[in-house]
This record gives sequence, structure tokens and C-alpha cells, in this order.
Amino acid sequence: MIRFSHVSKRYPGGFEALSDVSFHLAAGEMAFLTGHSGAGKSTLLKLIALIERPSGGQVLVNGQNLNKLGRWRIPYHRRNIGVIFQDHRLLFDRTVYDNVALPLIIAGHGAQEVGRRVRAALDKVGLLGKEKQYPITLSGGEQQRVGIARAVVNKPPLLLADEPTGNLDPELSREIMRIFEDFNRVGVSVLIASHDHNLIRSMGHRVIALEHGRLAETAGGLTHG
Amino acid sequence: MAETRRGDGGWLHNYLLRHAQTFFYSLGQLSRSPMSTLMTTAVIAIALAMPTGLHVLLKNLQGVLSGWDSAAQISLFLERDTRETAALGLAERLRQHPAIIGVEYISAEQAMAEFRRLSGFGDALDALEENPLPPVLVVQPALGEQDPAALQALVDELRAEATVDLAQLDMEWVERLYALVEIGKRGVMILATLLAIAVMLVVGNTIRLMILNRRDEIVIIKLIGGTDAFIRRPFLYTGFWYGILGGLLAFMMVESSLLVLSGPVNSLAGLYNSSFRLGGMDLATTGTLLGGGLLLGLLGSWLAVGRHLRAIEPS
Repeated sequence: MIRFSHVSKRYPGGFEALSDVSFHLAAGEMAFLTGHSGAGKSTLLKLIALIERPSGGQVLVNGQNLNKLGRWRIPYHRRNIGVIFQDHRLLFDRTVYDNVALPLIIAGHGAQEVGRRVRAALDKVGLLGKEKQYPITLSGGEQQRVGIARAVVNKPPLLLADEPTGNLDPELSREIMRIFEDFNRVGVSVLIASHDHNLIRSMGHRVIALEHGRLAETAGGLTHG
Repeated sequence: MAETRRGDGGWLHNYLLRHAQTFFYSLGQLSRSPMSTLMTTAVIAIALAMPTGLHVLLKNLQGVLSGWDSAAQISLFLERDTRETAALGLAERLRQHPAIIGVEYISAEQAMAEFRRLSGFGDALDALEENPLPPVLVVQPALGEQDPAALQALVDELRAEATVDLAQLDMEWVERLYALVEIGKRGVMILATLLAIAVMLVVGNTIRLMILNRRDEIVIIKLIGGTDAFIRRPFLYTGFWYGILGGLLAFMMVESSLLVLSGPVNSLAGLYNSSFRLGGMDLATTGTLLGGGLLLGLLGSWLAVGRHLRAIEPS
């Protein structure tokens, strides 16, 4: 699903966020991306979602070489990736329903289809009764679940999450992770950046560890060149 | 994904539906802040109304002038020694001319009396030994002889008469007025161009502020796969609404101004025994105003969107 080959990312100013990173995330696999802050976790996710371009090396997502993807094809690439952010990134002037419906509207689905899929996604994250509420009236955990519903409503084959439990207590964090496992169980590839080591250890998935922009170790899974 | 592919009909239907939704969504957004919308619209309307109003007034003036066109007179100054019977004979002959509807004879004495009365040179004229003024025939060309070339031909024909010393077309002042109107038209064009640019800048700046206000929303939409076209659309429709609302308001401004002016203008026309009535906006002017407003709104928002949307990228 994701294949990094000798990827490096140097920001203007000389800071090298990633150097010579190579790994492979198989289709249907779930893995954690760890490392202290500044280790390059966010940068790695940004390269996958084409928010940043690598300075060197190749990133393949779903068989597609991202280096060869032109600017105008980026939106279509992002539609195949559900991204969950630590700060949720919801639209606060729209209802929960409208927030979750946005990816479908962008993709140009009909009204009936949108309604059906939005309710299915909200059902999966346990927010079916709150579709008419505004995000501001929800708790942090609920807002994060709206973000997850929005990420999965388009049924993307790949989910990326950047510190999805960063602001949540352990109980809620576990709950959120369980939702990710549910999606993984039906074949969605999941890559979660997190520094919550206790939680990661308890989940028992493969761990891709970054240290100062370099791959440190991998556990619980195989590394492919 | 088989379920999203329901043939071109479904796709087109969804596409048009999306446009219709954005169409009304952007109008709804504008109505949510009625005060600022009204102020922006008013600025656009005033900028559109100024050249439009001047254009309508000039058109009215042209209408008045074309009425005076047919009132052009040809003065035939006869040889000084022409006898009255000969002059009257010529007058009678000219009345038969198909291009002439009336001929008035002014004898040298009458001309002198009139000049004495109007000029105020009474005493000085008394010092003259003989009347220096020639008898005059005032020829009224037929209505419809509005073609300057045809009029000139008639003047040349009359000049060829044996007893005619000088034939003069009293139209110079009308021509001068025409020239002034031409200058006025150019002025209106220049004003319209400048104000059109102003409208574009007003719309562009308003859209620019909207884009900056909705920066977070734009970033989020880009992150979840929104194309530039999708993001651009509501802003373009907003520009469209500003343009068309500004045009409509300008239309109302011009029409109500004309209504206010029509009373005094009509009584002035009455003083001149004229049945002239101040005309309103015709269909072409209204169409140009509304279409122009719409186009300028779209263009302004297009410029703003093109400049500022690309700069907003997720980071």
C-alpha cells in the first residue's frame, strides 16, 4: 500500500526531517509510527498525503509513484486516503452531518448516496444521534470520532492518523484505537503516528520507529526494501 | 467503484445539482451578513449607475437634438436690389419645391426693424443713409430632410438661384451641440471604463477578504481532496451575485433618479411648447447594465480567486 524507497526530506533552511527512509506497509496492514516529537512522523505522513514533496527518493502509494503525480491530480490522490488530525480540523460552522458529508460532496455523489453513507459512517463511530449538532457542542473524543467518520465516509483503502489520541485520556484513546482496528479488520490499511508507547504496546501491531529522521527499528512486522 | 458510476446522465445531474446548490448557498451566505452585503452592493451599484445615468441623459439630449435637426432653416439673402415682387415670386416658386415646406419673406425694412429692436443699435442705425440689409427668404426644409448631405444639396440648389446672394444653413449651433454630445459620449465611455475597473476591484477585494476569512475551511477542503474548481465555485458565485445585485440596484437608482428629474424636465419642456418627455432606460441599456455588472462581478472574483487560492495550501 505504501512503499518508501530511500526517501529524504530537507526543508528550506537546511533542516533534514527525514533521511534515507525505506519501509513498506502492506495492503490491509495496520502499523504505528513512533518517535519523539521532531523525529519526522508528521513529515512522513505529509509525504504520503502529498502535503509535502520529498527532496529525494520515491514514495509509492497504492502502486502510484507520487513523484510523477502532477499538481492537478493531488485532490484525486487525497480522496483515496482518509486523514485524521490531532486537532480534528472540523468546520465549526457546519453540522456533524455536513462535516462528514463533505468528502462525498467534493467527490460529487448524489444526495441519497450521501445521506446513506454519512449515516453509515456515523453509526460506525457511534455518533448516529448527533448528526444535527455542531462540533463545538461535542466533547473532544466525540469531535475526534467525527473526524474519523469524515475520513472513512469515502471508503478509502488507506487511513492515516497523526496523533489521533494526543488530547484524549487513556480510556477514550483506547476506544478510538478500537475504531481503527475495526476498519483494519475489513481490509483498510492503517498508519497511525503516535508517541503513546503504553497504548501502542498494548495494541500489539507493527511499529515503525523514527529517530532524528531515520528509521530506528521495526517490530511486530517485516520490513521490505 | 461501481456504485458511483451511474452513467453520464447521473454524473451530469449531480454536477448541475452541485452548481445549483452552490448558486443558492452563496446567496444564503450573503444574506447572512446583510449589512456588509448591502454596503458592498451599494458601492458597486453607484459605480454602475453613474455612467448608466449619464448615458441615459445623453440619449435624451440626442433625442431633443434630432427634433431640432428638422427645425433647421436655410436663410436666403437676396441681392440688395431685388424688388419685392420678384422676391415674393421666388418665394411662391420655392413653396412648390418638394423638399421645402415653408418659405417666409422678410423684406429689407422688416429686417431693419427687427435688427433695430433686437440689437439696441437704434441710434447708430439712424446715422446710416440707406438700409444695408438685404431682403431675406427663410426656407423651411421638409421634415425628414435630416440627412446633412441632402440638406447641403438643397442649399447648393438654392444658392444657384439668380436673385440669391447668399444661402446659409442655420445649423451650425446644432452641429456644435452635436460635437459637445460626442465629447460627452466619450466622457461617459472613459468614466464607464474607470468605474468598471473600480467595480472589479471592489468585488475582487471583497472576495479576497472572504477567502482569507475562510482560510481554514479552504485548507480542510484541500486536505480531503477538494479540487481547485470545487473551492473556486462558491467564490465565483458570490462575485456573480454581487455583480447582478449591484446591477439591479443601479437600475433602480437610475430609474428613480429619472423619476425625480422627469417633473422639472417636463415642465421645462412645457415652457418651450415641447411635448418632450424624459425617456427611461431602454432594453439595450438595461441589458448592458445587468450583463456588465454580472460580468464584472465574475471577473473581479475570478481575479481574486486566481491570485489568492493558490497561495493557501495545507502545511
